[in-house]
Amino acid sequence: MSKAVVAPARKYKRKSRFKEIWRRMKKNKLSMVGLCVFALFVAMIIFADLIVPYRIALEQNVWEQFAPPSVEHLLGMDQYGRDIFARVIHGSRNSLLMGIAAVFVGMIIGGTLASLAGYYGGKVDMVIMRISDTIFCIPFMLMGLSIVAALGPGLINVLIAITITAIPNYVRIIRSAILTIVGNDFIEAGRACGASDIFIILKHVAPNAVGPIIVQATMQVGTMIIFSTAFSYLGLGIQPPAPEWGAMLAEGKSYMLSAPHMIIAPGMSIVLVALSLNLLGDGLRDALDPKLKD
Amino acid sequence: MSRYILKRILICIPTLVAITFIIFTIMSYTPGDVTRMILGQEATPEAMKELAHQMGLDKPFFVRYANYMVHLLQGDMGVSYRSGQSVFLEIIHRFPITLKLAFGSMCIAIAVGLLLGILAAVKQYSILDFFGTALAMLLASVPYFWLGLMMILLFSLKLGLLPSMGSNTWVHFILPSITVCVGSTAAILRLTRTTMLETIRQDYIRTARAKGQTEGKIIFKHALKNALLPVITVIGIEFGSLLGGAVVVESVFSLNGVGSLLLQAIRLKDTPQVTGCAVFLAFFFMMIMLAVDILYAYIDPRIKARYQNS
Amino acid sequence: MLEKLLEIKDLSVVYHTDEAHVYAVNAINLEIGARETIGLVGETGAGKTTTALAILRLLPEKTGHITQGEILFKGEDLLKKSKREMRGIRGAHISMIFQDPMTSLNPTITVGDQIYESLLIHNYEGKPRDELYKRVDELLELVGIPARRRKDYPHQFSGGMKQRVVISIALACQPQLLIADEPTTALDVTIQAQVLAMMYDLKEKLQTSMIMITHDLGVVAQTCDKVAIMYAGEIIEFGLAEDIFESDQHHPYTTGLFGSIPDLDIEADRLNPIEGLMPDPTALPCGCKFHPRCKLCMEICKTTLPPQWHEGDHMISCHLYSREK
Repeated sequence: MSKAVVAPARKYKRKSRFKEIWRRMKKNKLSMVGLCVFALFVAMIIFADLIVPYRIALEQNVWEQFAPPSVEHLLGMDQYGRDIFARVIHGSRNSLLMGIAAVFVGMIIGGTLASLAGYYGGKVDMVIMRISDTIFCIPFMLMGLSIVAALGPGLINVLIAITITAIPNYVRIIRSAILTIVGNDFIEAGRACGASDIFIILKHVAPNAVGPIIVQATMQVGTMIIFSTAFSYLGLGIQPPAPEWGAMLAEGKSYMLSAPHMIIAPGMSIVLVALSLNLLGDGLRDALDPKLKD
Repeated sequence: MSRYILKRILICIPTLVAITFIIFTIMSYTPGDVTRMILGQEATPEAMKELAHQMGLDKPFFVRYANYMVHLLQGDMGVSYRSGQSVFLEIIHRFPITLKLAFGSMCIAIAVGLLLGILAAVKQYSILDFFGTALAMLLASVPYFWLGLMMILLFSLKLGLLPSMGSNTWVHFILPSITVCVGSTAAILRLTRTTMLETIRQDYIRTARAKGQTEGKIIFKHALKNALLPVITVIGIEFGSLLGGAVVVESVFSLNGVGSLLLQAIRLKDTPQVTGCAVFLAFFFMMIMLAVDILYAYIDPRIKARYQNS
Repeated sequence: MLEKLLEIKDLSVVYHTDEAHVYAVNAINLEIGARETIGLVGETGAGKTTTALAILRLLPEKTGHITQGEILFKGEDLLKKSKREMRGIRGAHISMIFQDPMTSLNPTITVGDQIYESLLIHNYEGKPRDELYKRVDELLELVGIPARRRKDYPHQFSGGMKQRVVISIALACQPQLLIADEPTTALDVTIQAQVLAMMYDLKEKLQTSMIMITHDLGVVAQTCDKVAIMYAGEIIEFGLAEDIFESDQHHPYTTGLFGSIPDLDIEADRLNPIEGLMPDPTALPCGCKFHPRCKLCMEICKTTLPPQWHEGDHMISCHLYSREK
């Protein structure tokens, strides 16, 4: 007690931004669960053939139609005696990749349009925003259905439909993310210091705008999976016999009283993927912007 | 105020024109020969040409669009290729079912979303908050058509409590409404919680406390009105996703609404029917957005004032 | 001798957050007599606002905790009151004017209704509506706003006008104690003097006691009878306005405060700011809290809490003076 105790200056360790975000993410148990579950699904896509060969998903065993879950067939059999476990595993390729592809392509196109709008401003901005606002006025499912109606059913057509339909939303999200950053004082400060536009964009705008965009993208993948499976459920997506979660639900609908396992497994898969992505996105948002938490 | 409403309605007109244009353009890319579809495989080329001329299909795109718009303004959406009946009448005939479904689910979404959202915010970090947040997360992740199937399985087939198809009484709408509303409930719940949390940290809430106001009045009189503003906008937007959801859910519950009409038309490549349904539902959604905007201005004095004085 | 209206005894407030405990107010004592105005002066973060919020028991429920002490209002301990009783006191007996008038008014309620609300809450005699609204008009006129603007919304008022509305809300029920938390900081300099003068007049007219929280010594000189200087959650000097502004004996921090004000009579090249920053309230220094910044720091200051030196009403909490004795 005899020594002078000066208030310790807070130590600001210069951790990398990524490490800091990761540290905060790890604190959020639920989002880590989400990350793990999603990682499992991704592993499932990659190693699907190692888990169950694709032919099992198509092989029909007449003797085992509607067989309930058992040791040999973990999730039971469907109306043609096909192994539902194998179909769920291989269905993930169609359903999950659809969601990821739709968001990825949509974000790239939307991001380009939003950057053009944000960079050039004025008339370009107005035209892009007017068009995307108008498309935004058409309910999502309706717009998607119209495009599928025009293009005809099929996996790729559904992908095109939901991607185009989602673009206005992404343009909005990304443009507002850019604008909030550009309107900030530290950008002005950068300009005042004589930094070039490119430097400001790379050093300040991009890293700060990327956070909210990644969060949105993560959650959007879940939403897009639900939408794409809805199209398959309506019979407008991938055509049989290829396995797909939504299509499996449509097939199982007629037999759901006698063979509920036919709709439970694919449905739960969609819920699990979407939930894991939502948890992950939520955790990411909190980690990226801790002040939003309370 | 009426000036604002008028202005807002005027803004609607170009949007409506643009919406029809987009849908009409998309639908005009429908592959396949319409005349062959109507006349069948054995039709002679002359007969097909004759029909195409009759239907105006040989005219340039913009002329066809202009024609469509002129007819549309008179409430004429063309004739179904399949049934040969007026598209508009068919839609109007089926619309009440979709309307009931959409409004029913909107009511549930608003009631549950607002209530749980407010409670979760007021009792932040409590069990209730955790429950509300978890529920929102779960509801946002459930594909509604699957939820519909599961509810049919449980409440109709196993328990026999509620009907799974038909639209005769309001009881028939219980399961479909719950099915459609999940996504919107989640969205409203989350947003209500967030804006409410922001609002109760505002200085004017502290001012109200310093006056000696009770917590209940502070929440419902001071905080809610302010917190509602962003929520109202989202409720409007969510109405769109409800309409979209209704299209799918109508097929799950075998309801004969505009949605199932649209799906049927898509399967049969009945272009006028598809265009008609899409345009009609989009128009309806625009009307809802208009109503929401007017309501917004009514609640927020800052917007009202902007138009009163000008 | 004026009767004591409010006595704060040994009050400590700690904020518990996830990361740390913030010691915002540390065992302060303060007395306010009827019709007195006391200035509470200090830098941002010195615990002035926390003290005010503690009096009204408006500290954030989850994080702010009063760890010890008593707050006696007319002899009764406010800390022992139920929530219901506290609501009866807030607004009616003790009112508060907040710092930022731009955000202190509810944007969706007319200003008239916001004043009316204050009257309605404490309308124990059951006065009819018309009478209360008449009083709203009176209050608006009192703070210099035409009564016809009663139905306007806050966004239609300027900052100074909004602060007048806030003041009329606070004075609506004629409280015995008014706490003004930096009432003029957010206003334009030209408006500041107006609002301040008006507040002072009203306070005299209504015979209200006032705690004037500020970091502006000029405001204190204009309005206050007594002054308490706060530093790092402690009152380090207290005295009559004359003691603070005219006496030669001061806490080194107070001397520093005066040194940082430009003086028109003395020609100086630069201001004399106090070196350093306020200590981190999560880890306060031992001994005198001011010692790391003090130019007159002694060994004893670093280890031992300074004793209080009294001369009449003047109190200084510093080792310098105890040594002289």
